[in-house]
Amino acid sequence: MAPMALQYGFFYFFAGLAIVCAILMVIGRNVVHSAVFLIGALLATAGIYLQLRAEFLFIVQIILYVGGIMVLFVFVIMLVNLDVAARQRQFSKQLWLALLLTIVLGGQLMFMARRDSPIFNGTVPPAALPPNTGEVATSLFQTYMLPFEIASIMLLVAMVGAVLMAKRRDA
Amino acid sequence: MIPVTHYIFLSLALLTIGVVGVLTRRNVIVILMSIELILNAVNINLVAFSRMFGSVHGQVFAIFIITDAAAEAAVGLGIIIALFRNRETVLADEMDILKW
Repeated sequence: MAPMALQYGFFYFFAGLAIVCAILMVIGRNVVHSAVFLIGALLATAGIYLQLRAEFLFIVQIILYVGGIMVLFVFVIMLVNLDVAARQRQFSKQLWLALLLTIVLGGQLMFMARRDSPIFNGTVPPAALPPNTGEVATSLFQTYMLPFEIASIMLLVAMVGAVLMAKRRDA
Repeated sequence: MIPVTHYIFLSLALLTIGVVGVLTRRNVIVILMSIELILNAVNINLVAFSRMFGSVHGQVFAIFIITDAAAEAAVGLGIIIALFRNRETVLADEMDILKW
């Protein structure tokens, strides 16, 4: 069991990395830079998962998000001509209204999270969790068998849909 | 023994940044990336509560959300390719085919 200061250090390092990468992703002009910063934010989140002892989710995050989804994003960035868009205005006309609404949303959520409720006063238990990949598998294939199968059908539908969308009409 | 609110506030910050990205950017690819960021923020919450309650159900939910994000990215990027083929643009406010 790592000492407490190390736990906090781990958490704040990855949390800060995630937030900085997310901000840079949103304000960046170059879409490829945005993709790289999103990869940074996702990897930092993977670090948070590891700190929470979710090893399976940690590796799924890296393989599936960074290795799968982000490759898809970079692939599409290569396919689509972004030079024209990069030279134009990056933010839409409703920028200030959107920022105001987001601040209101964030304030509401923060008010909710700071309320004196038993759930939000909990702490992450310090005791080391046993390696729980097996438990995740048992839960996934027994309790959540039906959602698992539905998710596989959803992936099939999404695959067919993506092929159909990207296909040329006249071909 | 990190309080669970720390994770909630990290998740809140990522969600807010993602919402700013969705609402203010014009480039649809960055909008899709912001949606991925929002889904990721939800996952942090789920995993933190899963650890707090000592059960793996939250982790299983997070796996389903990652599956959903993969499907959403595939379909969304397909739509972007189709739109770029038809309209030669990736800017969200120039996609006004449905406007009359």
